[in-house]
Amino acid sequence: MGNFQQKSLFTGGGIVFALLLVLAKFGMIDLYVQSVIMFIGINIIFATSLSIVNGYMGEFSCGHAGFMAVGAYVSSVLSVLLFTENSLLGGSLLPPSSAIFLFPFIILIGGVVAAFAGLLVAFPSFKTRDDYLAIITIAVNFIIVTALNNMAFVGGSRGFMGMKKVVYAMTDVVKLPYMLFWVGTFVVLTIFLIRRFFTSTYGKGIIAIKQDEVAAEIMSVDTNKMKIIAFMFSSGLAGISGGLFAHVIGYVNPSSFSILKSTEALVMVYLAGMGSLSGSVISAILFTILLEILRPFAILKWVIIPLILILVMQFRPEGLMGDKELPDLFPKLKKYYKFK
Amino acid sequence: MSLVKITDLTQRFGGLTAVSDLQVDLEEGGLYGLIGPNGAGKTTIFNMVSGFYTPTEGTINFDGNVINGKKPHSVTALGIGRTFQNIRLWHDMTVLDNIRLSQHYHLGYSVFEPFLRTKNYFKNEKRIEDKSMELLGVFNLQDIAHEYPKNLPYGIQRRVEIARALAAEPKLLLLDEPAAGLSSADVVDLIDHIRWIHDNFDITIWMIEHQMEVIMNLCQYIKVIDFGKTIAEGTPDEIQKNPQVIKAYLGDEGDIYA
Repeated sequence: MGNFQQKSLFTGGGIVFALLLVLAKFGMIDLYVQSVIMFIGINIIFATSLSIVNGYMGEFSCGHAGFMAVGAYVSSVLSVLLFTENSLLGGSLLPPSSAIFLFPFIILIGGVVAAFAGLLVAFPSFKTRDDYLAIITIAVNFIIVTALNNMAFVGGSRGFMGMKKVVYAMTDVVKLPYMLFWVGTFVVLTIFLIRRFFTSTYGKGIIAIKQDEVAAEIMSVDTNKMKIIAFMFSSGLAGISGGLFAHVIGYVNPSSFSILKSTEALVMVYLAGMGSLSGSVISAILFTILLEILRPFAILKWVIIPLILILVMQFRPEGLMGDKELPDLFPKLKKYYKFK
Repeated sequence: MSLVKITDLTQRFGGLTAVSDLQVDLEEGGLYGLIGPNGAGKTTIFNMVSGFYTPTEGTINFDGNVINGKKPHSVTALGIGRTFQNIRLWHDMTVLDNIRLSQHYHLGYSVFEPFLRTKNYFKNEKRIEDKSMELLGVFNLQDIAHEYPKNLPYGIQRRVEIARALAAEPKLLLLDEPAAGLSSADVVDLIDHIRWIHDNFDITIWMIEHQMEVIMNLCQYIKVIDFGKTIAEGTPDEIQKNPQVIKAYLGDEGDIYA
């Protein structure tokens, strides 16, 4: 019975998603609203991926945007080289129309490379932790951004563009809101993967590290291996969000993945409450909408948002949701969705 | 048959020698005690045996394997379980999850299978859950399987911690001051409990304890250390009469009257 109802929840979500796509296709949702929806999706992936390390494993990573940059650049360069005419190789390697099938794989490759970049933090984490590891993550963020700034073939600090052409190549075949579709699909995939992993005994080994690392190691959890898994999983998903971000905007430059972007992810995770997946999703939605509402205030929004964070930390230090999931707060939801 | 054979074990921290030239020989199925005044190096010995410290010198041979230098999780996989002086349960996880997680070394499925939810994944998760519930049943803890340890009384937490150590199916169980912080009624229960575990789980137990009631009631053979050196060993009766032990615990009579 429970299984049936969970399926009906999935079908319901699918219908909403399909409806959104149809509305977008026939121009019933204007492009601005569409782009806000896509940014919400990208932020959901970005925030939930950070909550693997900061929430479930209890380490403090503040250089998450670095991995987003790796994913963004790798998938952008790949898709531009493969599907468009470019200054580096001349003609496109594959027919541009093939982008319609290969696009998700390009995003996934960006994620895989970003996952390996995550090892830059995973190995130091064997010996260091807490504040010291946080400093290492900031350093990794700077290393990645500086490296990109100095790579001439991706445009250095001027940035890299041409991804819009890939999106146009796809819409030339059949006119559909592709980016909306893929952002939505990867959001579902991300939540699905995180939820499956952390409900298994294997994944709970990571939560054990947060609660007592010494006990975890003594009770047969291979903590080094679990740390590698957590960092790779987290940075891989950040890479996917980066790839999507690059293709939605159509342009990337190193400074958009600076420490400020990492801070955005931290704000979303801490606003949500650590170790709450549905909390991260909710706060990514709230945060993105808030950013849009505050857009007229220009630079003032960077006074208002930190102020909100200060107030949350003052009056509700565990975040909006703490370590609770939605069904813990609204027991009726348990029929449809169970997390723990 | 000898299960644990420790030869010439030494641990130095900088200039401090915490344990020096320790020799231990534990027979399979025995119940051994390790006592000594505060700071004598007892927990350091346990930390070396469970892989938490790498000994400076000497070897630890367990069940035919040299284990010094091995990581704690692989030592646990070889068959050494332990509890801690201050209870170290995962307090924000249910009792059942605590028991489940100490079987992390033989989950029986790979890292990708939780994502794919293969048949093998469900089979092994079911096996782990059944085994954990069975173990909780043996300890009469099945009713609190879904409680959080932080909400349980101290005495029950101790039992959960011992159950968690046993879930990894150890051949040797190290108990680090199991009676610390327990009321005298709980201590009597604990003595029966440890004896019952020893009889029913076919296991070798090595324990550190300050409460002589526990040690003298349970242990067949006791080792006394002070300042990292063995000062006496023998049966409970021999230890109680040993002048060196009395001196280590109560001070030299000569000092008092001098």
